[in-house]
Order: sequence, then C-alpha cells, then structure tokens
Amino acid sequence: AAPLKTHTGAFPSSLDPTPKEFATGYNNFYEFGMEKDDPVLHSGDFHPLPWTLEISGLVNKPQQIDVEELLKSKEIEERIYRMRCVEGWSMVIPWDGIPLRSLLMLAEPLSSARYVAFESVVRPSEMAGQKDGISGISWPYVEGLRLDEAMHPLSLLAVGMYGDSLPNQNGAPIRLVVPWKYGFKGIKSIQRIRLVKDMPSTTWNKLAPDEYGFYANVNPKVDHPRWSQATERVIGSKSLFGEKRQPTLMFNGYGEQVADLYKDMDLRVNF
Amino acid sequence: MVSRWLIYIKIWICVLIFKKNWRVLLYGIGLIPALYLLWQGQTGRLGADPVNVFERALGLWAFRFLLVCFALSPLQVVSGMALKRYQRLTGLLAFIYAILHLGAYLFLDLQMNFSIFARDVTHRPFIILGMLAVLILLPMALTSNRLSMRLLKKKWKKIHSLIYVAVPLVLAHFYLSFKVFNKTIFFYLFITSVVVFLRFILTGFPRKQSF
Repeated sequence: AAPLKTHTGAFPSSLDPTPKEFATGYNNFYEFGMEKDDPVLHSGDFHPLPWTLEISGLVNKPQQIDVEELLKSKEIEERIYRMRCVEGWSMVIPWDGIPLRSLLMLAEPLSSARYVAFESVVRPSEMAGQKDGISGISWPYVEGLRLDEAMHPLSLLAVGMYGDSLPNQNGAPIRLVVPWKYGFKGIKSIQRIRLVKDMPSTTWNKLAPDEYGFYANVNPKVDHPRWSQATERVIGSKSLFGEKRQPTLMFNGYGEQVADLYKDMDLRVNF
Repeated sequence: MVSRWLIYIKIWICVLIFKKNWRVLLYGIGLIPALYLLWQGQTGRLGADPVNVFERALGLWAFRFLLVCFALSPLQVVSGMALKRYQRLTGLLAFIYAILHLGAYLFLDLQMNFSIFARDVTHRPFIILGMLAVLILLPMALTSNRLSMRLLKKKWKKIHSLIYVAVPLVLAHFYLSFKVFNKTIFFYLFITSVVVFLRFILTGFPRKQSF
C-alpha cells in the first residue's frame, strides 16, 4: 500500500474511523481463506498491479481502465463510511476512491441496461482459497447492483483506504463500496463490470438464497435466519468486556440518501 | 503441643482426601482454556471482535469435551484402559463450557437484550438446537454423582443415554454456526462419525450399553 493523493469528497462525515489494524486485519475475503485473519496472512503473493478494469456490455463506449493510472488521478476523494457486515459487526472506514457513476458515465450505458454485474479475479496460483472447493463457492466472486443503485453518488469504487492504496486483503487494487448494503456486496479486486438487462446472479445469493438476498440492504427489521440484525457489535474495542453493541440503522444510516430507490418495494420480500 | 498435633492430623486428612480425589485436579486443567481465553480477552489478544471469538471458542470446547466423553466407552474397549472413569469429568466439563458459552452469548454478545433473545429461542433453529442441547446436558450434569446413581438405578442409565441426543444436536448447532461448509466442520463431522461407528460395532447402541 502506497500513499495516495486524496481530498475530502462528497458526504463528509464526522464518524470516528475504526483503528486501521482492525480494518486491515479482520477481513472476509474467501479467495484467501475462510478465517478472518487468512486474508492478511495469505495475500502476500497476490500482485494487484498492473491491472485493467474492463467496463463492457450494454454500453456505447466499452472501457479498458488502467488502474495504475487511476491511482494517480486527482479525482480520488475520501469517503468515511459505515461498514456493516451481514455477520453482525460494524466498522467505520475512510475509503479513498472514485464514484462508480463517473466511470460508468465514461462508458455511456445504453437505455436497455438495467443492472450492473461485477466480476472478481480468478488466480488460484496467488489465491489459495480458490484452490479448495470444500466451501462450494464457485469462482469468480460475482456481485450486482441495479443501475440506479450503481449510479447513486454514494456508490464508490475504492482504490485506497486510510489515505493509502488498498492492501491486498482489502481488495486491491480496486473494489466496490456500497455503504447502505451489507459488506458482502462490496466485491473486491474487480476485473470486469458489465452492464446487463437482467438481474445478475450473485455469489452469496447462489449459495444460500434464503439468507442473502440480491439487494442486501442493511435493515434492522429483517433478520438473518440465524441471527438478529437489529443490533451490531462495534469492532475496535480493546478488550472482551469493553466491546460495544449498538442499534443497526435502517440503510446503515444512509436512508435519507437512498430510501427513495426502494419506495415501492417490500423490503421483506426483496431483502 | 496440642495445636501442632492438630495440624499433623489436618495434613493427614488432606492427604487421604487427595489420594482418593486427586482427579479433582483434572477439572482445574480442563478449565485452563477458559481462563486462557479470559486472559486473552482482557488483554486485547482476541482480535477485532473479541466477543465473537470468545463465544465461539467456549462453544467449541464444550463440543470437544462432549465428544471425548462420548468416545471414552468405545475407547475403553479398544485400548483396554479404564477410561470410563473420566466420563463424569469430561461430561461435566462439557456442561461447564456449554454454560459459559451460553453466558457469553447472553451477557457479552446480546448484552442482555432479552427481546432479541426471545426471538432467537423461538424463531431460529440455530439457537433452538443449541438451547436444547444445554437443556439436555442439565439433567445429566445434575445426576452425575454417586448418590443419584444409587437412587435412580435404571432411570439413571436412561438419563445418561441422552448423550445420543446431545451429540447430534450440538453437531447441528455447530454446523449452523458457519456460513459455508469448511474443513473445521468436516473434521468434527469425521470425528463424530468415527466415534458413533466405534460405539456401534464395539459396545452396541444404548439399549445394551453399560455406562
């Protein structure tokens, strides 16, 4: 991870970031293993650069974006966002990135495009977790958003965090951050973005459709079948008895910005 | 002079008690993982989400002791060693860890939010299975003494055959604590199958079982 030129962007926030050691040492990135410390311990062989991000599908101008160039961009802005994991814990992370919409606009989506499909990298030689098939996860990791969600100014393509380029365990060199959705929507090490007509299938939805919906909006009223989502453990305590639990906010606290996207939907059905 | 003799007698009594009950020490050893976890938790060595790590580790220790307890009788047949005498020890340790696990869930994880707890125990198979397992271990733990054995006679065996219900319940609860199938689940599934298999071919199933 190298220092980035970044500036305070839209949606400035006064939230206190989680200590960096936790945000970069406690990760779900099954490509490197299933334990929370596997990504930091086993991602050393991964080579994020050079990297080309492809934007294709239902667009006027397909793009091949050189992420090394992107890292030097003056457009990189800091966004301090809440991060709520579907497992019931939360962090606050200062991301550095570029709004997803600015890159999508470059490609000029056609009017027939209604969804955005994301695809992560497949490199079993550098990602040990992709070699073992026991989990039943098929690679690449895939995720998706509705086009209006993707075009929302909060949706960010992060290339850094805490002012540095992304560490491997956090999804170097480029990842998605959608702060009002559960963390698993934030697909890491993205290689391809395709604009499509139909709702794309997504990794966790394929694995357990009753537990992980396509929308995956943070919602304290819709429980995971195995645990409540009403509250969350706050990462960053110094000891066992000091760990905080706080109420989970609707849309992770971004309701004012995003609730309109779902105004005619039953969020219990479309969870 | 008299007081010195009193001390000698006291020491002698202690030695006698210890000779008969030295196995009490094993409870202390069995509780080392819990104390170690507590120390790690207190000193910030359990990582980013200490409550979760603590809670899961206690549950796993409960499962481990339960499996050892369950394995002792076939292992006695295989090895010829008098292993069944450790059934009470391992069974009680399993129960103690189960209670600690439940305590960590209620007091540290849910922080006594009883409305969440009420929903958990009524709506989530994951939690219901775990709670049932604790409820089953309770009568076993309460009757794990010689007096109960003598008083309950044949009923005692029946109560303690409940381990055949407890083990699958705990296994299912353990399985559901993961998001996807993994090596850890595979490992414990394998161990459990081996023990069940050994019990079946070596000692027969509960009806013939002598505990």
